[in-house]
Amino acid sequence: MTVGPVTSPTETQPVEEAPAVPGTAIEGRSLGRIAWTRLKRDRVALAGGVTVLLLILVAILAPLINKAFGHPVNEYHQDKIDPNLGGIPPVGTWGGISSEFLLGVQPVTGRDLFSQIIYGAQTSLLIAFAATLLAVAIGIVVGISAGFFGGWLDSLFSRFMDLILAFPLILFAIALISVLPPTRAFRTLVMIVVIGGFSWPYIGRIVRGQTLSLREREFVESARSIGASNLRIIFKELLPNLAAPILVYSTLIIPTNILFEAALSFLGVGVPPPTPSWGRLLSDAVQYYEYDPIYMFVPGMAIFITVLAFNLFGDGLRDALDPKANR
Amino acid sequence: MSTTTSTERAAARPATDDLLQVTGLEKHFPITRGAFIRRTVGAVRAVDGIDFTVRSGETLGLVGESGCGKSTTGRLISRLLEPTGGKVVFEGRDISHLSNREMRPLRREVQMIFQDPYSSLNPRHTVGTIVGAPFRVQDIPTSQGVKRAVQDLLKLVGLNPEHYNRYPHEFSGGQRQRIGIARALALRPKLIVADEPVSALDVSIQAQVVNLLGDLQRELNLTYVFIAHDLSVVKHISDRVAVMYLGKIVEVAPRDALYATPMHPYTLALLSAVPVPDPDRRDRAQRERILLTGDVPSPIDPPSGCRFRTRCWKARELCEREVPPLRELATGHVVACHFPVEEAERTPGGRAAAQQAAASVPPATTTPV
Repeated sequence: MTVGPVTSPTETQPVEEAPAVPGTAIEGRSLGRIAWTRLKRDRVALAGGVTVLLLILVAILAPLINKAFGHPVNEYHQDKIDPNLGGIPPVGTWGGISSEFLLGVQPVTGRDLFSQIIYGAQTSLLIAFAATLLAVAIGIVVGISAGFFGGWLDSLFSRFMDLILAFPLILFAIALISVLPPTRAFRTLVMIVVIGGFSWPYIGRIVRGQTLSLREREFVESARSIGASNLRIIFKELLPNLAAPILVYSTLIIPTNILFEAALSFLGVGVPPPTPSWGRLLSDAVQYYEYDPIYMFVPGMAIFITVLAFNLFGDGLRDALDPKANR
Repeated sequence: MSTTTSTERAAARPATDDLLQVTGLEKHFPITRGAFIRRTVGAVRAVDGIDFTVRSGETLGLVGESGCGKSTTGRLISRLLEPTGGKVVFEGRDISHLSNREMRPLRREVQMIFQDPYSSLNPRHTVGTIVGAPFRVQDIPTSQGVKRAVQDLLKLVGLNPEHYNRYPHEFSGGQRQRIGIARALALRPKLIVADEPVSALDVSIQAQVVNLLGDLQRELNLTYVFIAHDLSVVKHISDRVAVMYLGKIVEVAPRDALYATPMHPYTLALLSAVPVPDPDRRDRAQRERILLTGDVPSPIDPPSGCRFRTRCWKARELCEREVPPLRELATGHVVACHFPVEEAERTPGGRAAAQQAAASVPPATTTPV
């Protein structure tokens, strides 16, 4: 019986490595930094990202911007309404767009549409971001628990997620919101809870799936073999690896939530007037589209641009954080 | 790299006391059906009653083909899995059913090196974080800070300490495995379970890593349980070798005895299958190769009696009826076989004769050995 000297002892060669400049530690390129480099090269995603940033800035700085370019939100400008046509459409073509009223005025009341749009961005983004935050928080907790601990907990949580996804959400939201008192703060809170409370299973499922696959990786076993607790494994080993998919899917459910908020407002169960909301502007415009199509076009474009920007940015982010680069 | 062989090492050290004793160790993974109400419909008997000891300072090689339970055995020893039966005694203490919390201080003594260097390092952590994790988890004081301790470990395994802030994806497979070794050494363990530490590496890198393990053993007085399916690697590093087949240990012997005079038919077949990297000798080796027929039986429903009997050329009625116990047939050479391989059988002609003899014996006249 002969056994070949497949691994004959050779001199231990120094492993291939770049000569280091003595005294200076070599800085490694983290996966996050690699993703950032990749994102920077993606023009479309970058344009989406810049638009998103601008929108956020507009929402935050709405009072300042309005002071510079607009009029107080609930200031009526009856002089801008053409009295000859039943007092409905604004004076002039294009819905009354002028250097004074950048996006025209509302029919009948003559309120400045520009200030309605930028304050509407505030409403839209606040609700969408808060709802997404809530969804991500619940999704992470449920997803990780289900994926990491498995067993009956997994069965329970998974079925629960199926249940919520099968729920007639719009009907439920309309019913719930319409019976609750219509104060502004309370409505806002209820909308956040309803939208967030129904979109978390999307995050939850993704986190659960990722956790299931990460749990079997040897680095988790290795953490266990040095005596790490479950909490440490979840926070130090799993969460850093879940950050990328969570980030991507968060940016992709924000536009869904913006649309959802607009839909609820359109149906009359959004934030109560006079708080500006894109969805309500749109539903208001339905009455007047024959006289003033621009009034419908402006909030429609606002929603369209916002949703598109988030989607493009989210897609670019997903490409940049491609799991194939996770090696 | 010194040229000391593992035998000289074993001789230089009094290898007397047992560091680890394993008796009747079992791990059955339940097979369940049903979504809500789970019923157990069977069990995969991955490890099904094995006994062995590991002496302080030695290297015990654990070999066998894929799915024979050797990795499960490694995870049972390091208590990443809880055995369903039997005992694991480490330094006189039964650790078979200790909880995670009770195991924590013991984790310092037993560490693991993993098979896949691509999945065993967290891609989101720097090398410094990965190798420094044991210090943080175990709350071990380091005289000059964790960073210094990690850099010393990196130097010890032949990596550039300046790579402290690098990420795993910036290293080659061999370098990653060195990082894994550095992490295992951080706690200064007594026993290291190496689960196929080189099978994912290129052959040229395998030699480096195996030699590194040998050097570290001498320097730090380590004890290894070296799991592998590559018999050449095992021959190079082990003092003693245990052969597993379908959840059972079939033969344990000092390295040289096992390779020179294998006594279990399975070991003989396994050794004859080792590729010979020498064209002159290859032809002869080819002719002498024992080709086992059939597949490894399912560990869900293993054969009665001797588990190897379905593929053994010497199987008789007794093998079906009785499980062969591990018997010591030579000094330190234990075999679980009713009809151990005899000298004549180590040639193809002898084997044919043995096969005929086995077939010609009428079942009734087989006498228990």
